[in-house]
Amino acid sequence: MDSSKSKIGVFILGWGAALVIFFPILWMLLTGFKTEVEAISTPPKLFFTPTLENYYAVFERADYMSFAINSIVISVVATALAILIAVPAAYAMAFFPTKRTRGTLLWMLSTKMMPPVGVLVPMYLLFRDFGILDTRTGLIIIYTLMNLPIVIWMLYTFFKEVPGEILEAGRMDGARARQEVTELLLPLALPGIASTALLSIILCWNEAFWSLNLSAHNAAPLTAFIASFSSPEGLFWAKLSAASTLAIAPILVFGWMSQRQLVRGLTFGAVK
Amino acid sequence: MIKKTHFLGLLTATILAGTTAVQAQTRLTIATVNNGDMIVMQKLSSKFEQANPDIKLDWVVLEENVLRQRVTTDIATKGGQYDVLTIGTYEVPIWAMQGWIKKFDNLPAAYDVNDVLKPVREGLSYNNELYALPFYAESSMTYYRKDLVQKAGMTMPDQPTYQQIKDLAAKIHDPANQVYGICLRGKPGWGENMAFISTMVNTFGGQWFDQNWNTKIDSPEWKEAITLYIDLLKNYGPPGASSNGFNENLAMFSNGQCGMWIDSTVASGMLYNPATSKVADKLGFAQAPIASWPKGSNWLWSWALAVPESSKKEDAAKKFVTWATSKEYIQLVGETEGWVSAPPGTRQSTYENKQYLDAAPFAKFVETAIETADPVNTTKNPKAYVGVQFAGIPEFQAIGTQTGQTMAAALTGQMKLDQALKTAQSAAERAMKQAGYPKK
Repeated sequence: MDSSKSKIGVFILGWGAALVIFFPILWMLLTGFKTEVEAISTPPKLFFTPTLENYYAVFERADYMSFAINSIVISVVATALAILIAVPAAYAMAFFPTKRTRGTLLWMLSTKMMPPVGVLVPMYLLFRDFGILDTRTGLIIIYTLMNLPIVIWMLYTFFKEVPGEILEAGRMDGARARQEVTELLLPLALPGIASTALLSIILCWNEAFWSLNLSAHNAAPLTAFIASFSSPEGLFWAKLSAASTLAIAPILVFGWMSQRQLVRGLTFGAVK
Repeated sequence: MIKKTHFLGLLTATILAGTTAVQAQTRLTIATVNNGDMIVMQKLSSKFEQANPDIKLDWVVLEENVLRQRVTTDIATKGGQYDVLTIGTYEVPIWAMQGWIKKFDNLPAAYDVNDVLKPVREGLSYNNELYALPFYAESSMTYYRKDLVQKAGMTMPDQPTYQQIKDLAAKIHDPANQVYGICLRGKPGWGENMAFISTMVNTFGGQWFDQNWNTKIDSPEWKEAITLYIDLLKNYGPPGASSNGFNENLAMFSNGQCGMWIDSTVASGMLYNPATSKVADKLGFAQAPIASWPKGSNWLWSWALAVPESSKKEDAAKKFVTWATSKEYIQLVGETEGWVSAPPGTRQSTYENKQYLDAAPFAKFVETAIETADPVNTTKNPKAYVGVQFAGIPEFQAIGTQTGQTMAAALTGQMKLDQALKTAQSAAERAMKQAGYPKK
């Protein structure tokens, strides 16, 4: 009896938490189908005649595809680069630690603690001098560097879960370091790598500070697309919601498709 | 063999011609804000591209504060990412002084620069030279619900006083039915609550700084103005007024929840449009209220287009700016989008156009409000700064926003009024001293 009561309690708590987290997204979805006046009406309208006029307006005013392609290219390439650099780094730290490894890891993470605006002007000047302002290359570089500490940390944690004996056995059989990584470590830690990559893609996709500051037209991703629908003078919530829905749609579908992999990765090594 | 040579020659010529055509096309990057007039400009800009096939326009639309931060970074570091910038009356003289934007000194006669309203022209000048061309301009005025004023058995004068506004607000206020006597800006920020509060302070005889740049926030005039501001919002305003800015009040007024609203003239078109306003048929207009000093009660702001010094495409950029702010462009908007959508507040000819006057019954109020806004002779006592609702110095953004925060704290009751004024005064004084303004 007690157990069934506690099950119901957990059920209600779980669904309650899920609804609270999902509610803003649901409200955004609904607002995108309202008129501007309905979007701001008090009390808020839950039942209304849906309209597609905001979506027409959004497509008419901005080239969605160009923003979406920039987001996809920048997120995927930056993530691939970060993984490429992070795998050997995490491998070295996980299997050949020195007395400075922990300090190095903490130092890497500490770079994330600085507010980005603190380095905006020097970064801007560097980007200007290298001629990479408003280019995908520029954003790929900054996103790779931005996510590298987290990617290394996550991979380091996943690699630590892989028994060192397996790699040692490989070494005994004559595997070289590269083979050890590509043929033993990577297949074993694949769920962890996949979830790290997914998280990195989501972080790149949602990043707004650098994308708004370092891109103008050519490299502007979907965050810039959303920002263009906020208005200082006039009603804009319905159009902004429609634009936001369009901006999160690809990553939401992608996340949905890979949620099994993500959960597997995040619980990787949790139970031995 | 000859045929082959001819073919190769033709191919080379075609490729070269293609390359030349691509090279000859100038791409202009335009940074702008998202508002109704700018959206129309973006839409109609294809006409400009058709008439100038050698120029291609790329748009970067950003939220106002993001745009300001983004463009300032680019211009201060000479990044050169933009060829045309949308900036306001506050930035133009400061940026012109810094040498960041180009002068408009050779405008064609057809542009008829004298047709641009004088206060707007002066607001966009530095050392008597134009540095930006106005796309639209605004002042402030009073909006009210004719039905509610009538029901209260009162009338709204064309030029109300703040006492009359308070009396009306008290009669109209009906919170049980979610109708509030008056809506005013409460959200902190130099361009939000302080835009309105500054005009109120002006008309109560106060000012930001005197002739010698001494800060005057803890003066009796400020206290009188803010006391009434808090009284109005606390007793006759909507709940949570301290988080309401232009958009929130626009939404509430459009929804029929405000009896009166004193704000930008740019709202008139939106409130008068039945598609975006539930009170379009009940809308009344009056000038911004006055108190003991009749000047400075209505602000002056203009969104203007400027060309940064870092742009390498000056001629094409100026050509576009001239087109987008010309009489012909206003005519084009009137004909294609309807006259009520014509960019307001910039040209005398707009206010002489019968089609516009017929479509926009608020036009004369807007024209009078802009014509009477004087950025130089605003306050009762002489002042050192230029600007109605702001002081045209780089330090003002920070000072204005900090003062706005203390005024919001006084409104919500977190701070006593005297304490708020004292805090704002000492913070502003410190900033001004650090910048070396006050004269001994």
